[in-house]
Amino acid sequence: MWLQIAGALVTVVIGVAACVLYFWGTNWVLDRTLGTSGAGAAGDGVATAGQDKLRTRIRPWLFLAPALFFMGLYLIYPVVETLRLTFFDRFGTNYVGFGNYIWAFNDPQFQQSIFNNLLWLIIVPTLATAFGLIVAVLADRIWWGQVAKSLIFMPMAISFVGASVIWKFVYDYRGTNADQIGILNAIVQMFGGEPQAWMTITPFWNSFLLMIILVWIQTGFAMVILSAALRGIPEETIEAARIDGASDIRIFFDIMIPQIFPTILVVWTTITIVVLKIFDIVLAMTNGQWDTQVLANLMFDWMFRGGGDAGRGSTIAICIMIAVIPIMIWNIRQANKEEGTR
Amino acid sequence: MTTITSGTAATPRTERSAIASWFAQLTAGKIVAQLALLLLVVVWTVPTAGLLISSVRDKDQLTTSGWWESLVMSEANEAASLPPADTQVEENGQYVIRGSVFPEDEGRTVVRYGTSINNPSEAAAGDTLDLRTGGEITVNADGTFGMVSAAPFEYDRARIFVVAGIPPRFTIENYVEVLTSEGIGRSFINSFTVTVPATVIPILIAAFAAYALAWMSFPFRGLLVALIVGLLVVPLQMSLIPLLRMYNGIAGLTGGASKTYLGIWLAHTGFGLPLAIYLLRNYMASLPKEIMESARMDGASHFQIFTTMVLPLSFPALASFAIFQFLWVWNDLLVATVFLGNNEGQIVLTARLRELLGSRGDNWEILTAGAFVSIFVPLMVFFSLQRYFVRGLLAGSVKGG
Repeated sequence: MWLQIAGALVTVVIGVAACVLYFWGTNWVLDRTLGTSGAGAAGDGVATAGQDKLRTRIRPWLFLAPALFFMGLYLIYPVVETLRLTFFDRFGTNYVGFGNYIWAFNDPQFQQSIFNNLLWLIIVPTLATAFGLIVAVLADRIWWGQVAKSLIFMPMAISFVGASVIWKFVYDYRGTNADQIGILNAIVQMFGGEPQAWMTITPFWNSFLLMIILVWIQTGFAMVILSAALRGIPEETIEAARIDGASDIRIFFDIMIPQIFPTILVVWTTITIVVLKIFDIVLAMTNGQWDTQVLANLMFDWMFRGGGDAGRGSTIAICIMIAVIPIMIWNIRQANKEEGTR
Repeated sequence: MTTITSGTAATPRTERSAIASWFAQLTAGKIVAQLALLLLVVVWTVPTAGLLISSVRDKDQLTTSGWWESLVMSEANEAASLPPADTQVEENGQYVIRGSVFPEDEGRTVVRYGTSINNPSEAAAGDTLDLRTGGEITVNADGTFGMVSAAPFEYDRARIFVVAGIPPRFTIENYVEVLTSEGIGRSFINSFTVTVPATVIPILIAAFAAYALAWMSFPFRGLLVALIVGLLVVPLQMSLIPLLRMYNGIAGLTGGASKTYLGIWLAHTGFGLPLAIYLLRNYMASLPKEIMESARMDGASHFQIFTTMVLPLSFPALASFAIFQFLWVWNDLLVATVFLGNNEGQIVLTARLRELLGSRGDNWEILTAGAFVSIFVPLMVFFSLQRYFVRGLLAGSVKGG
């Protein structure tokens, strides 16, 4: 055990040392081999200028090389490879054409997952953004708002599995006549209702209870970003509207919302991406039982089911990727626009 | 966790923003706002509070009553056997038996008691009841009782029934158990083993790349920035199968293991780089241009400028990313499950917790304590470094418009 900790620390040291050595070493080599005092056509001023130019041309790539290598190996190559694997069988060796896609669209579990993912996509970003906006607006005007924001932000730090344990305890069910230790059932009982085994209530409601967990986590994120955007609204705008006799509700809907709309869109898309990849919560709470399956969990299932099916797993991954692409393009266009105004 | 009670009067602020003064007009609306926010805060904190309180409760109490009842005395019906008749002694011409309902003192009290199982709350503690076997009995609140009779007691077995008041019991036993016998302690170490290198290594690599993208001019720079923004949102799921196959292939060729710490460190490095470069580049690009230029004039090389000026100045951005990456790696389940084994020496906290959810699904004393151990470190990081975390979030979301 101590050996393992020591191993990790040594790795940090070796890793950092290797990075430093690489960056320092390659720079040193570059300066040496192409330096003005280096070998080559010494004394010839034109050649030296040429070498100088060459050095400035090479150096950025030395700085970039390790990052490009890791991103290439761990992100870009896999995207291409996953796409290739969708056309192959479970071992990735025999070409099957569109067989995996045909399988997917006829598979009831896959259809179920697509349907559930759509529900997640509609409900979670909407609720998280709405709650985030409400908290951001409310907290700005109350003296203990900062504490409130901290507490609502806190779930952001908790892992999806940790959150699943927390909420599984909230949803706990002990049989109809027993004393309930899950707070949801206790509340239901208090109002004279019948305790429920929440996780088995099909259709929809058990999925909805899983979505609540993600809303609980993501609201803090929405709140922080929207709160910053609200503070960026010029005071004069609101002042002017108030002098014109606009009601608070109208100021909120006609001035605040339009002003921060671009930010709302950013929050929305960011949460959308989290939702598309949602996996841990479903795995820990139901593992896709009782019609709660989602794409990422189904893919995980196929990665290991019966020794793993690379073709089908990849096909499901591609479906997630396709859903992300519009957001990706939009992000890149926004970034390019900003680049232009810099 | 402190609960905040709502006060209706707002403290006056010297600097009042337009938004605040816009709201300051309201009075009834203000109260509604306070209550609404309070309600939201309660809903958001109660689940975590329940977990925390339950994790220090006695495991028998945990399964029989809700955690919200844990701070008050709980009541339970119990039966106690009376001592056998031959323990009686003669005192002043009367036959007496003394004893205690709670032979081993556990701080419990008698609230009410009775001589029949159908009516355990017949009399209050301290009252005297007639015994069916003849004579009288008095049970005191502390559990001691005395039986008095003019004639000798004669019975085989007799019982009394009490409503016992059980005081709340808090204990760290659950934590001791999960840390030792349930393997959470070992997983804690494993999580650290994964997290620390996976946080440090990408920072260095990203910092150099970010500097190049921010302050060096070279062909395809714009394209690379666009690529990184694109890679920010590529789902992790795209990488899993090819990398798993690659790792298995390498292990097959070299005869080594396919699930290693080195493998997961490098994987987290690769997955974390786009965000790291993006955050750091944005920050570095906003550093004042004049400093760079004057340093260039003085003949400093890019390498020198980077190490002596840009790196120290970029500390806030480095800290932001470090927190992100630390939380992300610590909380990750998917990458750890795919690239690390489930054996004692490799299973991380999240994976262990998931395993416990399956195997010990009803042992809430283990699950609550285990979950709290796993969320303790991120919560500490979060509360102590929230400022950097928020700054990173604000910088990390691609600004619209």
